[in-house]
Amino acid sequence: MSTTNKLSKDELCQLFRGFIAPQNVIADEETLKPYECDGLSMYCEMPLIVVLPETVSQVQDVLRICHSHAIPVVARGAGTGLCAGAMPNAEGVVLSLAKFINILEINPQTRTARLQPGVRNLAISEAAAEYGLYYGPDPSSQIACTIGGNVAENSGGVHCLKYGLTVHNVLSVDMLTVEGEKVTLGSDGLDSCGLDLLALINGSEGLLGVITEIQVKLLPIPEKARVVMAGFDNVQQAGDSVGGIIASGIIPAGLEMMDSYAISAAEDFAKAGYPKEAKALLLCEVDGTSEEVQEHIEQVEKLFNSFGATSIRTSQTEAERALLWKGRKSAFPAVGRISPDYYCMDGTIPRGQLAHVLSEMQRLSEYYQLRVANVFHAGDGNLHPLILFDANIPGEFEKTEEFGGKILELCVAVGGCITGEHGVGIEKIRQMSVQFTELELLQFNAIKDAFDPLGTLNPGKGVPTLRRCQEYRSIEPKEINTNKEGAAHG
Amino acid sequence: MDDISTELQQQVLAARNDRQALNIIGGGSKSFMGRKAIGERLDVSGHSGIVNYQPVELVLTARAGTPLTEIEAALAENNQMLAFEPPRFSGMATIGGTLACNQSGPGRPWAGSVRDHVLGVRLINGLGEHLKFGGQVMKNVAGYDVSRLQAGAMGSLGVITEISLKVLPKPAASRTVVWDMGARDAIGFMNQLAARPKPLSAACWLQGRLYVRLSGALSAVEATVKEWKTAELAQNKADEFWLQLGQQELAFFDKDSSKDNAGMPLWRFSVNSAANIPSLDEHSIIDWGGSQRWFRGEQDKLHMESLAVSAGGQVSLYSGGDRSAEVMHSTPEALQVIQKRIKASFDPDGIFNPGRLYNWM
Ligand SMILES: Cc1cc2nc3c(=O)[nH]c(=O)nc-3n(C[C@H](O)[C@H](O)[C@H](O)COP(=O)(O)OP(=O)(O)OC[C@H]3O[C@@H](n4cnc5c(N)ncnc54)[C@H](O)[C@@H]3O)c2cc1C
Repeated sequence: MSTTNKLSKDELCQLFRGFIAPQNVIADEETLKPYECDGLSMYCEMPLIVVLPETVSQVQDVLRICHSHAIPVVARGAGTGLCAGAMPNAEGVVLSLAKFINILEINPQTRTARLQPGVRNLAISEAAAEYGLYYGPDPSSQIACTIGGNVAENSGGVHCLKYGLTVHNVLSVDMLTVEGEKVTLGSDGLDSCGLDLLALINGSEGLLGVITEIQVKLLPIPEKARVVMAGFDNVQQAGDSVGGIIASGIIPAGLEMMDSYAISAAEDFAKAGYPKEAKALLLCEVDGTSEEVQEHIEQVEKLFNSFGATSIRTSQTEAERALLWKGRKSAFPAVGRISPDYYCMDGTIPRGQLAHVLSEMQRLSEYYQLRVANVFHAGDGNLHPLILFDANIPGEFEKTEEFGGKILELCVAVGGCITGEHGVGIEKIRQMSVQFTELELLQFNAIKDAFDPLGTLNPGKGVPTLRRCQEYRSIEPKEINTNKEGAAHG
Repeated sequence: MDDISTELQQQVLAARNDRQALNIIGGGSKSFMGRKAIGERLDVSGHSGIVNYQPVELVLTARAGTPLTEIEAALAENNQMLAFEPPRFSGMATIGGTLACNQSGPGRPWAGSVRDHVLGVRLINGLGEHLKFGGQVMKNVAGYDVSRLQAGAMGSLGVITEISLKVLPKPAASRTVVWDMGARDAIGFMNQLAARPKPLSAACWLQGRLYVRLSGALSAVEATVKEWKTAELAQNKADEFWLQLGQQELAFFDKDSSKDNAGMPLWRFSVNSAANIPSLDEHSIIDWGGSQRWFRGEQDKLHMESLAVSAGGQVSLYSGGDRSAEVMHSTPEALQVIQKRIKASFDPDGIFNPGRLYNWM
């Protein structure tokens, strides 16, 4: 139970060093420094202590101690997050899962893998490859990001249009509650009785519990995959042809769009042969059996032509396919080369609103005098506008943030939302009240209370904290009348 | 085709005021599921109609009381479908009840469940507040996933008033092949087939025969049928089989026929796809490539639970038997605590479907 006496930093370190190897309890400024932010380095905070436990029971003990002293705990995977979700709390402990890198089991028969939370996303597919299997969700950060972080963010990737997000590919997780108690959510089966807590944990940003083991589904590696690249003179035509492909009944494995800024940055960086004069570029990958791919490639080429593509190129070899993707996959670093800094946004929109949203964004870009490049998971409506700025110019980051906020508001206004895959973290916490009403936010708060009444798991992230009269929130329901079975209500 | 959400909200507020339990009814097609319903009826079926459907966006939004048949008819006009193939229960099932019960058909392991396809919901919580979660776009990670949380909650968290779903194009072609073999071999074989990069869309074994459906591009489906060199089921026979299986209309599901075990309690196992349950398998329907199994018989629930646990999953008493006892798989204490707290966070006075899911909730 929680006590009010505050522990000093030294006392806490001593407690942790009682069961965690001393070098894995970090308290000195210099070694703490790399933990001060995640992939969104504009938001920094030095933690009190970082711990790197090596066993689940050590993690449990860390949680128990923190819980009993009401000390904030911020779980951390690889720190590639883009919403400051893993940014430390100044009075809290960073709980790094970096030591949990073991693939516990790859089961080729059931096509599943059991993983520790610190396993890198790409490592799963690498280990499964010898069985002809792979793990579907493929965030662009997959070389580095961890499966624990993926579950916490419900991460997506280029192939999620066809193969689903993290939430669609996780069978079960072991989670530690804030009190350090271990619970298993989900099973080897495809669903479980009772409330679907597994759905709640996916995308919960470390606010509801700490994930210590994950079981994922694996998919058979397709026989064949090919990509069609098409250049367009205007964004509208490119957007329409995305709709055209979907309407034709094909679900591509990936369907990505880039605007002219992103095209030329990516081409300069990756030399993938992108048409630099094009105003929009589409990459459409189809996969499946050889016959299916042949059939669909022909349909896609025909569709692109009929929607006025100015250039079309279809990969003939695996090497060419990899090259065509290389430009897209390195779009972020490529844009990083043409600007001192860039800020990546993550709104989603109904695809039909694309042309409108892009032209509005252009107007805002002129107003703020900041350039913006767009890469777009076109198939599922997830925009990544990259705002180019220079953090060394006083006031420019503030201006960038304001511009970013306007883009998210625009996404909500056209029926979309403020984040498709990167999460809310600290970064988008203010925009939560653009997408949700106060009552909806209160409902989120109440869910958080159900898991973490003291609010010590990753405080200040994900959902803005509001308080409602606690009278409503007692756990045991009052006596209610359960009679009148079957009586029709007036 | 009406929006009666204001009336529904009034009814919830009145019930809260009177401390009156409510039994939420969609089409009532699944009233045999879960524990015995108690409380005053709150009829959602009047809250009906498709609100928005953009075939090119692959998104459909409908009021919760809309019959599945109406939704599927609208989709069919655009050659689209609910990929999770929900049971329609003679046309009475509503989209709200389908989500609340997390009901999906034979394609589920490959195409996903209703839980996987829900993008957003509106619901009235126990404070009578009409709230909106998720959205009408494919991806949304803002806030907790309250939409998917409704799947399988059986209305215990609130009255769902509106649902947005991802819809998918109908496959261009669909063919069914069969093998005659025993349950044990079939379980192994289904899992082998599923590991191959072929356009599988359903796999089910019953009474000595394994049925495998292939769906997708015509060329891919035809080439696979040829490659697998086994008997093919005539198209009309195949369509009928998958329909009856998905709609729970096979003789096996009969509630009052006089055959063998008919009319006896029906157990649903959700387990590891490759597990053997030797004492039951030969008498079961083994669907979802091995992950979902149906068994009929008078059995001790705890015994069934221990079999399910050894098979890596859970069991529920789907229909029949004693509906006043627990029908869901037992829940560990720690998870009961969390579930009760979540229930209280939506419905602090416990007015929605009390005891429908569990005696303790
Ligand atoms: C270049 C680049 C490209 C990217 N591309 C994509 C993309 O295509 N798609 C996409 O979705 N994202 C992308 N991201 C964002 C990021 O990689 C993902 O959000 C990823 O899932 C984060 O994983 P991580 O291990 O780095 O987690 P961290 O950044 O360490 O943590 C992320 C959040 O998860 C929580 N967390 C981490 N581990 C646990 C655990 N075990 N238990 C509980 N909570 C935990 C943290 O508290 C934090 O809130 C990209 C990032 C970069 C830098």
